[in-house]
Amino acid sequence: MAGYILRRLVQSALILVGISFVTFVLLYVLPADPVRQIAGRSATAETVENIRRQLGLDQPFVVQYGRYLAALLQGDMGRSYLQKTEVTELILSRLPATLQLMSAGIVAELVLGLSMGVAAALMRGRAGDQLLMMASFVTVSAPQFVVSLLLLYVFAVKLGWFPIGGYGTAAHLVLPAVTLGILGSGWYSRMMRSSMIEVLRADYIRTARAKGLSGLRVVLGHALPNAILPVVAMIGIDIGIFMGGIVVVESVFGWPGIGQLAWQAIQRVDIPIIMGVTLVSALAIVIGNLLADLVAPLIDPRIRLR
Amino acid sequence: MTLAEANQPGAVPAPDPGPVLSVEGLTVSVRTEAGLQPLVQDLSLTLKRGETLAIAGESGSGKSITSLAIMGLLPPPAVRVTAGRIRLGATELTALTESEMRSLRGDRIAMIFQEPMTSLNPVLTVGSQIAEAIRAHQHVSRGEARSRALAALASVRLSQPERRMAQYPHELSGGMRQRVMIAMALAMRPEVLIADEPTTALDVTVQREVLDLLRDLQRELGTAIILITHDMGVVAEMADRVIVMKSGRKVEEAAVGSLFHAPAEPYTRELLAAVPRIGDRPDRTLRPDAPADATVAELSDVVVRFPIKTGWLGRAALNVHAVEHVGFDIRKGETFALVGESGCGKSTIARAMVGLVAHSGRIAIGGQVLTGQGRGEARSLRRRVQMVFQDPMAALDPRMRVGELIAEPLLIHGIGSASDRRARAADLMLRVGLSQDQLDRYPHEFSGGQRQRICIARALALKPDLIIADESVSALDVSVQARVLGLLKELQEEMGVAYLFISHDMAVVDNISDRVAVMYLGQIVEMGTRAQIFTNPRHAYTRRLLDAVPVPDPSHRRQHRERPGGEVPSPVYRTGEGPGRLTLRDVGEGHLVAGAG
Repeated sequence: MAGYILRRLVQSALILVGISFVTFVLLYVLPADPVRQIAGRSATAETVENIRRQLGLDQPFVVQYGRYLAALLQGDMGRSYLQKTEVTELILSRLPATLQLMSAGIVAELVLGLSMGVAAALMRGRAGDQLLMMASFVTVSAPQFVVSLLLLYVFAVKLGWFPIGGYGTAAHLVLPAVTLGILGSGWYSRMMRSSMIEVLRADYIRTARAKGLSGLRVVLGHALPNAILPVVAMIGIDIGIFMGGIVVVESVFGWPGIGQLAWQAIQRVDIPIIMGVTLVSALAIVIGNLLADLVAPLIDPRIRLR
Repeated sequence: MTLAEANQPGAVPAPDPGPVLSVEGLTVSVRTEAGLQPLVQDLSLTLKRGETLAIAGESGSGKSITSLAIMGLLPPPAVRVTAGRIRLGATELTALTESEMRSLRGDRIAMIFQEPMTSLNPVLTVGSQIAEAIRAHQHVSRGEARSRALAALASVRLSQPERRMAQYPHELSGGMRQRVMIAMALAMRPEVLIADEPTTALDVTVQREVLDLLRDLQRELGTAIILITHDMGVVAEMADRVIVMKSGRKVEEAAVGSLFHAPAEPYTRELLAAVPRIGDRPDRTLRPDAPADATVAELSDVVVRFPIKTGWLGRAALNVHAVEHVGFDIRKGETFALVGESGCGKSTIARAMVGLVAHSGRIAIGGQVLTGQGRGEARSLRRRVQMVFQDPMAALDPRMRVGELIAEPLLIHGIGSASDRRARAADLMLRVGLSQDQLDRYPHEFSGGQRQRICIARALALKPDLIIADESVSALDVSVQARVLGLLKELQEEMGVAYLFISHDMAVVDNISDRVAVMYLGQIVEMGTRAQIFTNPRHAYTRRLLDAVPVPDPSHRRQHRERPGGEVPSPVYRTGEGPGRLTLRDVGEGHLVAGAG
């Protein structure tokens, strides 16, 4: 077990180095010039060149990436071009807010998605099923900012039940978390529905009924633990898509997390921050997948980690 | 402790004169687009206390639907009881609500199913699944339910019941799982137990143990059993009375003795005639002895191992020794059978012979030696060996027309023009007893037996020297099985093709083979002609295997020996270790037996 985790962590480190390379290449070939952003419109060509030299951006790609990687391996993600602060510091100060929103959002999407999926599977083929699947289709296809703004308008502006934006209390957390939950629930409800329908056909469900168990016990005690397995694997994969949602939702709700940091950095071509946030997100995905794989054998004893 | 003592100390109910279960005029229908279609029609039966009633029939006869109807477990909403009454003692089951029915299910009437592999929930422990069955009907504490579950496990003669309680289904063998199912079904001492093909998925020696167990428990508890089966051997061994069903209707009902000795209905006679029996075939008049070089396959010292657990650097720590030092020859035009129980390595040998798994040792097909790497064996070699598998539906691409399927081997090997290939496919269709105008149909439009004929036609397309038939008739109903076996023999006479016939069914092997090798845990324990193996088995395992086969003759019931259902010996060893190598000794006229014999 310890060996397995160690091996996975070594793999993860290699994946992160790979991601840093790909992101670096993408930012390098990007037509936007970070130096222009720093220097401003009125700067002379000479100033621009000076700044470029100071930041080492005049060096060839290999040298730039080599320097970045060498620093990264020592835990140094560089300094923000515009905020003149260590990227590590910026990210660490905003990470708790994002983690809080992330956990609340994942819980929301699971509760919504799984219950919708189970309900639809049990009502299979009837009106309730079709209604739920239509709802899930809407949530899957709705753009993130539309859902955010809609909820914000109805529940914060019109009804005034929750604060319009910001961070601090549980009330602040509700709307952004529910937004993320609604956005993610469609995938989970569809997956849970088909998984549940398949499991309900299994021989052991018939055995459970033949024992004289009540319908509820058959569903919760026998079907659910089996049906939830593919969903658990999905959670790990989903974190990537989820991080994309977080960037938008944090910006709309003024949630001071790394998503908002990334959004600002992208607009101003602040490369060290973009690199840093990308790597932290990638780390979250890698850890999410590892956790999903570690949880799976707890649910299904047939799964062995090796 | 017996189940009786475990559950209701001292309370042995007085013999009840009336039937435990009676079914009158039962009709079960399925709702389709074309209206209600009957699956079971006007079926009546009665079941007395302590009696075993067998419902026998081929697939589609409605026997399983009948059992589900009695249990109230018909798949809603499409299938339901449309007429008739089912009475359990004084209770009218057809009039009960679902929640009233639920309280009877598992308590007064219980069921065990065909597939012990899939009938237990894989994510729950054995103990919790049995305890749950008890707690569904009685308000007892968890501890009490647990100790009763343990007693139930002990009563089905499972070794180490204490340990089994905490195990998951996948940690048990098939036979052990079926014992768990039985323990679960009998935990509440039901009046009626419905056993739907309870041993069909099990190896023959395990089947013997499970049947013995069922009979013992019945004697102890007085449970009435409805035994649903397609296997007339099992019927003969177990039943007091038999109902034969066909297409949803009762064909004949009789006491077991009179049914087997004087069947009244033509269908029953056909069914009994189709049942393969050991030792009812005269020895085949052997073809003029082929010269020594007329072998189509030679195997010597073949070993196949699979790594199953790898250490840090990818080195295998444990290996499955699937095939160990196996050697035999297959001569031109003969049928060589490999028999043994699941996991003995018989199918692995077949896969090695067509180059699908890597092996060491020597395999030569028609004099050409396989590389042993498991991939990319020469096409010319593959042309000489073709395979026919167990499940014809899975072996035929559902999106291809039958004509294309049969001609595909020719296409792959670039033989003939499109019209040549079609003509050849049409020929082959005729040859296997199908018609030419079915060439453009899809596999799902054929019955199971017809599909297997299509697979045989496809295997014949390249005119191979050897066809490997891996459990090719095991999934077929007996009457269909008999016809497919007949076809295989005819084709052999006509084309001189050799068969490697792999099967777990001793009666079928006896029916078709010229020579037989018996495998156990990856090694051959005995090999000889059909007569040598079946009339003079020398190895203890061969004898056990033959002894376990249910005989389709009720006057042939035998006493059984008690054997607890423990763990099956495993062919898994650490790297560097392995089973002791058996040496085969000739005990006369080429009859080879391992060890002392």
